[in-house]
Formats: sequence, C-alpha cells, structure tokens
Amino acid sequence: MPLLSVEGLGIDFGGLRAVNDVGFGVEPGEIVSVIGPNGAGKTTLFNMISGAYRPARGKVSLDGEAVTGMAPNQLAERGLSRTFQNLQIFQKMSVLENVMTGRHLKARGSLVADLFSTPASRRRTAEARTVASGLLARVGLDRAADQQASSLSYGALKRLEIARALALEPRILLLDEPAAGCNAVETEEIDHLIADVAKSGVAILLVEHDMKMVMRISSHIVVLDRGEKIAEGKPEKVSRDPKVIEAYLGVQEGSGHALG
Amino acid sequence: MRLSSKHLTLLILLAIVALAPLAFPSNFYYRIGALAFVNGLAVTGLVILIGFAGQVSLGHAGFAGIGAYTCALAPIYLGLHPALAMLLGTVISAGIAWLIGGPILRLKGYYLGVATLGFGILVSMVLANEVPITGGADGREVPELGLRAALKFIGIDLSNAQFWYAFTALFLLGGAWVASNLHDSAAGRALRALHDSEIAAGTVGVDVARYKLSAFVLSAVYASLSGSLLALMNKFITPDVAGFLHSVELVTMTVLGGAGSVPGAIAGATLLTLLPQALTALQAYEHMILGLIMMLVMIFMRDGLVPTLSRALRGRG
Ligand SMILES: Nc1ncnc2c1ncn2[C@@H]1O[C@H](COP(=O)(O)OP(=O)(O)OP(=O)(O)O)[C@@H](O)[C@H]1O
Ligand SMILES: [Mg+2]
Repeated sequence: MPLLSVEGLGIDFGGLRAVNDVGFGVEPGEIVSVIGPNGAGKTTLFNMISGAYRPARGKVSLDGEAVTGMAPNQLAERGLSRTFQNLQIFQKMSVLENVMTGRHLKARGSLVADLFSTPASRRRTAEARTVASGLLARVGLDRAADQQASSLSYGALKRLEIARALALEPRILLLDEPAAGCNAVETEEIDHLIADVAKSGVAILLVEHDMKMVMRISSHIVVLDRGEKIAEGKPEKVSRDPKVIEAYLGVQEGSGHALG
Repeated sequence: MRLSSKHLTLLILLAIVALAPLAFPSNFYYRIGALAFVNGLAVTGLVILIGFAGQVSLGHAGFAGIGAYTCALAPIYLGLHPALAMLLGTVISAGIAWLIGGPILRLKGYYLGVATLGFGILVSMVLANEVPITGGADGREVPELGLRAALKFIGIDLSNAQFWYAFTALFLLGGAWVASNLHDSAAGRALRALHDSEIAAGTVGVDVARYKLSAFVLSAVYASLSGSLLALMNKFITPDVAGFLHSVELVTMTVLGGAGSVPGAIAGATLLTLLPQALTALQAYEHMILGLIMMLVMIFMRDGLVPTLSRALRGRG
C-alpha cells in the first residue's frame, strides 16, 4: 500500500476545473514527479494534498488513513511536509530560526514552561537549534544562519524552505519547484539532496520544470494538462508519450517549457 | 556563562529603573515613572499579541478596565484582599479573552481591529452605565493594597510614590522577562511564524488558531494586571481606564517603540507617558507636537524607535 494515495481528486475555481479526477500513489523512498505546462494544476494539486485547499472531489489517504480536507498542521503531525513555489518564508526571523520553527512538532511543549524558560523549555530549543544547524549545513546555508531570512537570494530561500521542511522529519515531502531560481551548481546540489532524502525512506512528490533533473531522479512521473492526468509512468516511457509531447509543444510558443 | 542579549536587555532595564531616581528632582517623578511602568506592562502584553503574533487589538483597555474594577469591587462585594482581587481580575480577563478570542481571532487585519474595538467599548459602556455597582462615569474608590504598611513594619520605609515606583517596576521587569523568554521559545517562534505566514506555520505543524488564542489571553493578562496596578496606585478609578482612547494609546506606544521588541515597547510607553508631561509647558501646542512626533517616527522609523536606532548603532559599530 502506498504511503500517500490520491484518488479522483478535483477542485474548481469559479467555472474553471483547475484539477479534475487525478489519482496516483507514492511509496516510501520513491520520487514521484508531477509535470505539466504552466497552469496545469500542479500547485493546486499540492495545495489540496497538503490541506491548504479543501478538494471538491476525491480522496487523499496517508498510510491508509483518510486525510482529505485535514488542516495543514494535522497533516504535519502525520508526517507530511512541503515547500512552496511562491516562497512562504518567515521573513522577520533569522535563517536558523526559520529551520528551528520547522521543528515545531518536536520542540513544542508546555506554554508555561516556555514563558518561564524552564530547563525543559531550553532543552527543547537547544535540540531544535542543533538539528536546524545540521540541516542548514546540508543545504549549504550554514554561513547565513544568523542573517535575517529576508536578506537571502531567491535560490537560497528555496533551499531554506527545503531545510525547514526536513526539520519536521517528514515521511512524505512535497517539493514545489525546489530548483527554481537556482544556478546549475545549486540545482545539482538540490538534485543530490532530494535523492539522498528519498534514499533514507522518505516519500517525495516533486514538481519541477527542470526536465533534466526530473528525468534523472524520478522513479515515476505523473503528467497533468489543464487539470487532467494525461499520462503517467517511468521517465523513459513518459518522455516518449505523444500526448505529453503534444501538451508541451502546444504551449511552447507561449511561456511553456519543452521537455529537455 | 555567556550573557545572552535577553539577559543584557533585562539588566539594562533594571539598571535604568534603579538609577533613574538619582536624577529625580522631586517625589512627583516617582509617580510619573510608575505610570510609565504600568503602561509599559500593558504594552509588553501587546508586543506579544501585535509584535510577535501580528494580531491587532484596539480594545485591550477593556481588559485593563476589568483588572481595575475587580480591584475596586471584589474587596467590597467578595471581601477579597486587594492582592487577591488583582489575581481574580487576571483570571476573569483571561477567561473572557479565551471566550471571545475564539470567534474574534478568525478575523484578520482591520476586521479584527473593529471587533476588538467593539469589545473595549462594550466594557467601558458597562462600567459607565452600571452606576449602582461601578459608580458610573464619576468613578469609584479603590481600597488600599496595604503592602507599603507591611513593608514599613519590617523596617522598609518608602514614601507612597517610591513604593509604587518600585512595586510597578517589579511587575514590568517580570513581564519583560516572561515576554523575552517567550520570544526565544518554541511557542514564541510559532507566534512569530504565523505572523509572517499562516500557511507556512500550519505546514510546520503550528496550530494557528490555538497559538493566536494563547497570545490573546496572555496579552489580556498583562493588560488586566496593568489596570489593577493603576487602580491600586491611584486608589481611584473611572471608566476611562477601559476607554477607546486608552486602547489606542496602548497600541500607539507599542508601535512607536517597535512592536516586535520588548525594550522598544517599554521605551514607547515611557516616551508617551513622559512627553505629555514635558510638553505641558507648551500648553496649547502640546497635542500638536505630540502628534507631529508620532507621525515623524512612523514615517522615518517604520519599525519603531528602538529597532531602528539599534540597527543604526550596530551599523556604525
Ligand atoms: N486560488 C485560486 N483561485 C482561482 N484560480 C486559481 C487559484 N489557484 C490556481 N488557480 C488557477 O488554477 C489553474 C492551475 O494553477 P496552478 O497554480 O495549480 O498551476 P501550476 O501547474 O502550478 O502552474 P505553474 O507551472 O505556473 O506553477 C490556473 O489556471 C490558475 O490560474
Ligand atoms: Mg505551480
């Protein structure tokens, strides 16, 4: 049984069927990529799975439990974590504090203890700091730990979000264009990082426009076009699928991305 | 042990409180100081709500009113000692904050502002209209706390003004310590996280509604204590303590000093308590100049006085 399974998921915005009847599963340790032209509904799909939007149709289950429509924090308690395409950074915190906050579920405790800074409260914060420092090193941001988050470049903020999401020690991680705004070297680092995380048994659901990266690291690809799943399978198979090629070529004159 | 910036801030605050009287030309200044501390306490609570959690309240004087009037009424109607009345006031304020916080905090931005405004108006209306109990707009007397006499008995002889200066300073320092602890704890990070992005806070597991409510209740407790202290210090109280103007004054102090920082808020409270006193010499122009200063600070120091100044100092150092 897959760790994350999505069945018949759909949502409308006004008259627009942003996502319709999408289903797939993600196993632990697997990297499943969702690709499709701009506006295909990838982020909307993420938002439904992660509890930001309530789906109008369909079902999401985590480890066999129905979690459709649950709030993001309830999903976090069940081990689901994500990053955002349009960055949701805690701007006024330091870089380190951002990642420490990602460890909220392990660091939280009694409010009274926090108000009086009891040894237990300080121990929780110290543990969060240690883990967060380690994660910052892992995404190459350890030097920026004490800077205000808003001072980082776009690519660095993308990596900061990954570190924050990892601080939760997720069982399933949703990454929405993690390499956007990163240069070739950074992209390759993120590529390795994602593969590493997957190897440790975390299920990964990835949206990425960098097709080289997608083809290299995905175990399975789901292709969306105008809210519908038009193909899915192994990278080799999907990249040769005429429907997929057409979906991408069809928008190429616009702002689309060709398969690399 | 390395001195953290939290401890340094508290030490500086303690030093200022302890050394300021050396420069006081008269007993009157102890009273002004105590007023600044009482305001500073309520404002420190608002730092938690506005500065950390990013939720605005234009009705927190309502909680100050509850704290103040509990100190006036509970000793008479329930026979409680004023100190216990103060405690009862915080329990009532916390309870009410908890009850109204649920529905109110679902609102955002100015909707939240208007709803809290309504709460404050409601409290001050009740206080002004329940004449048989509260004494109405004329106010009513508040019993003596009695702690000064007890101190005198054990050999510490303070003037009334000196006592209230020291007593309110203790509350302010305690309140500042608690708020600083919160800032650097898991709960404080959760509050600051939901301030910046509710969706990201939820995604890392923060129960956004619950933490907002905690901040609201905490800040109500601060406001309530501040109101109680004011009532006990003045031995007299009117519904103005719960009024709209007092609510706005508290928010202005919070924002002027720097909503996100505890020392900033205390500086804001002190400034806005002292400035009107200093400007009384200018009589008719007093309010104009006060307004002008507030506008200039907000235009040129958007983050508030203390954060802007400390950044400027650090930049040079
Ligand atoms: N909150 C919303 N309200 C109304 N329409 C929305 C909303 N969110 C997304 N949409 C619409 O739904 C469609 C799918 O958008 P979505 O952001 O999911 O696409 P995407 O595949 O992530 O695109 P991109 O590659 O550009 O990130 C688009 O037409 C978009 O305009
Ligand atoms: Mg998207």
